[in-house]
Amino acid sequence: MSASTQITYREACRQGLRDALLNDPKTFLMGEDIGRYGGCYAVTKGLLDEFGEERVRDTPLSESAYVGAGIGAALVGMRPIVEIMTVNFSLLALDQIINNAATIPHMSGGQFAVPLVIRIATGGGRRVAAQHSHSLEGWYAHIPGLRILAPAVLEDARFMLAAALADPNPVLIFEHVMLYNIEGELDPAVTSVDIAHAKVRRQGTDVTVIAYGNGLFKALTAADTMATEGIEAEVIDLRVLRPLDTATLLASVAKTRRCVIVDEGWRSGSLAAEIGMRIAEQAFFDLDAPLRRVCGREVPMPYAAHLEDAALPQPADIAAAARGLVRPA
Amino acid sequence: MPALGADMEAGTLVEWLIKPGDWVKRGDVVAVVETQKGAIEIEIFSEGVVSELVVPVGAKVPVGSLIARIGVPGEAPTPPVTAFPAAPPTPAPPPTTTPVATALPALRGGKITPAARRRAAELGIDPAGLLGTGVEGAVSVADVEAAAAHSAPVSLVALPPRRAGFDSAEMRKAIAAAMGRSKREIPHYYLSHTVDLGAALAWLAAFNDSQPVPNRLLPAVLLLKASALALREVPQLNGAYGDGGFKPGPGIHVGWAISLRGGGLIAPAIRDADTRSLPELMSVMRDLVQRARAGGLRSSELASSTVTVTSLGDRGAETVMGIIYPPQVALIGYGSIGSRPWVVGKRVKPRPLVTVSLAADHRVSDGHIGALLLIAIERLLQEPEKL
Repeated sequence: MSASTQITYREACRQGLRDALLNDPKTFLMGEDIGRYGGCYAVTKGLLDEFGEERVRDTPLSESAYVGAGIGAALVGMRPIVEIMTVNFSLLALDQIINNAATIPHMSGGQFAVPLVIRIATGGGRRVAAQHSHSLEGWYAHIPGLRILAPAVLEDARFMLAAALADPNPVLIFEHVMLYNIEGELDPAVTSVDIAHAKVRRQGTDVTVIAYGNGLFKALTAADTMATEGIEAEVIDLRVLRPLDTATLLASVAKTRRCVIVDEGWRSGSLAAEIGMRIAEQAFFDLDAPLRRVCGREVPMPYAAHLEDAALPQPADIAAAARGLVRPA
Repeated sequence: MPALGADMEAGTLVEWLIKPGDWVKRGDVVAVVETQKGAIEIEIFSEGVVSELVVPVGAKVPVGSLIARIGVPGEAPTPPVTAFPAAPPTPAPPPTTTPVATALPALRGGKITPAARRRAAELGIDPAGLLGTGVEGAVSVADVEAAAAHSAPVSLVALPPRRAGFDSAEMRKAIAAAMGRSKREIPHYYLSHTVDLGAALAWLAAFNDSQPVPNRLLPAVLLLKASALALREVPQLNGAYGDGGFKPGPGIHVGWAISLRGGGLIAPAIRDADTRSLPELMSVMRDLVQRARAGGLRSSELASSTVTVTSLGDRGAETVMGIIYPPQVALIGYGSIGSRPWVVGKRVKPRPLVTVSLAADHRVSDGHIGALLLIAIERLLQEPEKL
């Protein structure tokens, strides 16, 4: 293998898709504007030319129909990869995802598998307002029968797809829209990743910060700031939103005794709430401080830049929350 | 530091029976203080959560000094423990005393984090007494570990003496101070009256015949109850004299004089003696005598008397002319009960007699009032079944 090269998150995703198309003739892509336009976030650019219309299929603006078509294809042995432009639009396909994809394997007594992968862009920060900017992956993490992934680092963007395709059950991959342009080096030694575990991205002793997606990088920035103050934060990349890797979280909290959970989603009924509750249930006696959350403000995402920034968790918010646990005023 | 008598100027704290975070209510014994009268259990007169023990064990502090703080949950400021209704006026603490009242953090409800609680158990530390530096003032693991590091050498220090018995020389000094003050300041007048106890003793003998031995009453109980009921009729003799003149007592709390085996005297209070039954008074008296001699009296019993009654008992002299225990205004004394000639009808008969005396403060009452009390006692003792 060659030495590591600079690559964007977008390119990592595309390489993952290309690998999938190359490796398995039963794999095909489906979604709005993924072919001729190259994808709303340009992830599938060039794939139509390389693989043709049979395997890179533009669909009408009909999320319910094409997600349903993906489920049908999966049921008969294909390996469809469906793209939904934003998580807000995925609500139109909610019935297909929850009532069919997640339930058919169960209701058929295991006779039918739904090896469907749905890629969904999620998150705020791109100034595209309240119908294109929310973080609803926490809702999907509520549904038994689904595996929910949130790749944040390049390796995960590159290799989570293969693992998702290997899973006989429906897997939803949430790609945060602010990550596509992130550029970095892809470790050539990494050729696969698991889709079962959270990962400690930064070791620390004083406070655990749990985050995923774009929140991971905000948490790492906050940790760097805190390090200059002598506070060592341990930052965990959740990676898999369902099923939660509770063991990794508990092990970290047992060490640091303090925990801040970062979640771009709205606080009420959030994934952060679930994580916090699991820690309270299973690590109560390890805690040396109350649990804290840094969540999105409970408003429809504002369009104005300063308001959108204010509505989203920011590194300073995360640092303040963690600092408040380690060094209360 | 409560005043456990007018003569007390300072006390040595020998034991804390509470710790910060404890819930205390009126009447709980919170500390033991060594005074000239021996080790006294200090009771608390308010309710709340102990937030700080200000005075360490072994320290001697003047009466009136702040020794601990308690707070009412939900109230941020912690009022100092000054609620002792010290019967004698307590001298103000010296102005040099550090005004700690403002320097304290607000009561934080005694929070302890789960991890700190577990760590404290591992280290064998009681986390309740520690100052919390964690979130919301909670005691954290760091606080517990700091305390453990700090307390290890301290535990090697010899503990101060606890609950020492009476020091008769010290007690003699205390009595000297109190009685000296009484004789200097109080213009005593004295009255005495001889009372026929025939009816009372006959009733007592009959009552005791019907009771198992532990429940039997002593004549002193009748004298005590009669005194208390008589004071109800003559309230001018029940109370305290201070800067503002006479203040009637909040109840009839009789200081019952108990002589101690090593010498010395102490008069713990029997509260509301006028409302208690004879058997109840008997058991209170027994308990007080036992505890007085063992050094287990409580602060409220030493500070709350509104009058003193002394009874010399079988082996005493015929008459006692007492010295008032300041700031009280009267002392009722009973000499020994003896069979002596007494005119009954037109004949001289042997009767069991007792001489009741009254020493009273002339600033507060006159002889006429005093006489009313003695006459009332006599009347009451003629109808013992009503006592």
